[in-house]
Amino acid sequence: MLEALEGSQALARAVALCRPQVISAYPITPQTHIVENISKLVADGKLDCEFVSVESEFSAASVALGAAMAGSRAYTASASQGILLMAEVLYNIAGSRVPLVLTCANRAVSSPLSIWNDQQDSMSVRDAGWIQLYCADNQEAVDTTIQAYRIAERCELPVMVCVDGFTLTHTLEGIDVPEPEQVDGFLPAYQFSRTLTPTNPISMGTLVSPDFYPEARHSHHQALLNAATEIIAADEDWGEVCGRRYGGLLKTMGDPEAKTVILSMGSVLGTLQASLQEYPQQESIKLVQLRCFRPFPRQAIQQACAGAERVIVLERALSPGSGGIVGNEVLAALSEVETRPQLFNCAAGLGGRDIPLDIVPRLLDAASQATPGHFQILDVQLDKLPQEDR
Amino acid sequence: MQETTIPATNLRQKQPRFQGMTAGHRACLGCGEALGARLVTEAAGPDVMIANATGCLEIFTTSWPESAWRVPWMHSLFENTGAIAAGMEAALKAQKKSTKVLAFGGDGGTFDIGFQALSGMLERGHNVLYVCFDNEAYMNTGIQRSSSTPHAAMTTTSPPGKERMGKRHLKKDMVSIVAAHHIPYAATSSVAWPSDIRKKVRRAMAIDGPTFLQIHVPCPLGWGFDGAKTIEVGRLAVQTGLFPIIEIERGGLTGVLPIRNPRPVEDYLKEQGRFRHLFKKNDLRAQQELAHIQAIADHNIEVYELKGHGSSAFDDEGMTLVQRGGLRRA
Ligand SMILES: Cc1ncc(C[n+]2csc(CCOP(=O)(O)OP(=O)(O)O)c2C)c(N)n1
Ligand code: SF4
Ligand SMILES: [Mg+2]
Repeated sequence: MLEALEGSQALARAVALCRPQVISAYPITPQTHIVENISKLVADGKLDCEFVSVESEFSAASVALGAAMAGSRAYTASASQGILLMAEVLYNIAGSRVPLVLTCANRAVSSPLSIWNDQQDSMSVRDAGWIQLYCADNQEAVDTTIQAYRIAERCELPVMVCVDGFTLTHTLEGIDVPEPEQVDGFLPAYQFSRTLTPTNPISMGTLVSPDFYPEARHSHHQALLNAATEIIAADEDWGEVCGRRYGGLLKTMGDPEAKTVILSMGSVLGTLQASLQEYPQQESIKLVQLRCFRPFPRQAIQQACAGAERVIVLERALSPGSGGIVGNEVLAALSEVETRPQLFNCAAGLGGRDIPLDIVPRLLDAASQATPGHFQILDVQLDKLPQEDR
Repeated sequence: MQETTIPATNLRQKQPRFQGMTAGHRACLGCGEALGARLVTEAAGPDVMIANATGCLEIFTTSWPESAWRVPWMHSLFENTGAIAAGMEAALKAQKKSTKVLAFGGDGGTFDIGFQALSGMLERGHNVLYVCFDNEAYMNTGIQRSSSTPHAAMTTTSPPGKERMGKRHLKKDMVSIVAAHHIPYAATSSVAWPSDIRKKVRRAMAIDGPTFLQIHVPCPLGWGFDGAKTIEVGRLAVQTGLFPIIEIERGGLTGVLPIRNPRPVEDYLKEQGRFRHLFKKNDLRAQQELAHIQAIADHNIEVYELKGHGSSAFDDEGMTLVQRGGLRRA
């Protein structure tokens, strides 16, 4: 049954359906509504769990880690500064190969201070060793959260579900909230293989000498690569239950034979689709929604871009002094194919700057003027800047 | 006298034979922290789960694939031990299990970088016994000052020199700050009195709520004394009044270890390389610092009434006898 729900409310309901035993979080815009809604579910007796209202994001992530190690299903959520404050713990969680789910309500990172949406926060911890999934709409966010627990628990890896702040978290949509029985069937009770228990005492987080460190890193890397199969399977199996599928690692839309591909992540895919409808182009265009950024689906991207002459990567973050982050990785993936398309790389919608409905013609226009490989931030009004920064 | 035979099994039950932390680890000879951790885990028993901060204790007890721990044990980071322990406790609560969570941190991990996570854990009332092994500096990284380092002590980041006489600031009064969280039980102890540690661990274990134990653990390497003298040095810290052994329950002082005959602080300081600069001949600043440290000890003796009232079998000397299984005087 469809319910009109705010994104955060829908997410809170999805989390509750996964029956986490310990939830720990700290408020930060635009994640706040998620934890507020969860708190209410707990207060109303609709979610039976220990809700630990901590004094910082650093402790939120740590409480979730401690809880998972002690054998509970755990959840946390954050954004922006909170994700960066968590960074050290995020690496620690992933390196310990602990299954956890975190919602990142994507927001820009200070300075300059911005509470609005881009994806600099989750991008800045992309190397922490987490699985990262990016959602295009709130129904996908709900379904991905449920899938995330199964992926995390089967792979013994933490999963970050990235949901664009405000654009999704604060937007009312018609959501099909799954039935508890559906989720229970898909997500059975779980026992972490390395649970700490007095009857079988183990030591976790020991010092590791150079004799073992590279092996630990290799196995972590390999585990992430292997996770791709579970990500696809979770999407497929949950699809069997609820009838909705999101393409596994990535989703392609539009003309499969198109010579131009636009690839992006998150809610901007909705804008891109609307733009294509509003501004029909002479040339046919294929949209690629990169759903899974870690593990990075090299082959799936190569297949999705096969036959294309140009690929435009639109992203919501950047690596200052280098350029696009997603763009660079897509470029590396495409460098392995025989007939390599030209790549154009733009960042847009930084710090909540509106991505207008005519984004597709703008992108095509920018691509036709740029040299391939060049990175640019779209829609920068240079006259606002001093001469030397233009 | 009639002979009685006690079955061996009974004896074993009466003695804390369980070892949560075994021998074979890599601590320095005479390491007070290793001894402290052994005593705590022995008294706490097997039904525990430990969250351990980064520091000497974590390093010398592990190196994959080896571990000295016989109880479930986890190290995450330097500054999140209070929160890791809180998470464990929340999970056990959700699972309706009664295993007690212990948190272990050094003075750096407790007084400084992990202070916030600890404060949160205390304030939220988690059922955790947090033990701070106080060796008064960052030993694991090679003896740098912490906010627990005593005034005038030399560390690599508080070296004495033309302009300095070691650490310029005072040792933080951590146990009072912890007690200010209105927790049921906060206490100090010293490895020089194992029976005191056992007693306090058992007391804390029985409380359903946050408890805190700060154990003074002399560090031969960091303080500059012979590893055979750990207990002696630890005892002097208490007997001079520089490390008061106290208990605070719900904010009120409920117990102190009385000192029968307070010793001058020089007796303690001169045993240690970290205070060597205070004994330079004809150095006015050194003399002033010694007087200052004596004043700190006198202050402790006064505010905690460490001299006690009348005689007590459980003063510093009495405790020693009890611990050795010797005389018990009423
Ligand atoms: C965030 C962070 N900063 C610094 C360090 C380096 N470091 C590891 S242990 C340690 C000092 C530990 O001191 P203490 O807590 O007193 O324990 P001890 O080794 O003295 O027992 C430091 C500075 C670290 N591991 N993490
Ligand atoms: S440096 Fe000090 S605390 Fe560390 S192992 Fe050696 S004696 Fe123990
Ligand atoms: Mg220390």
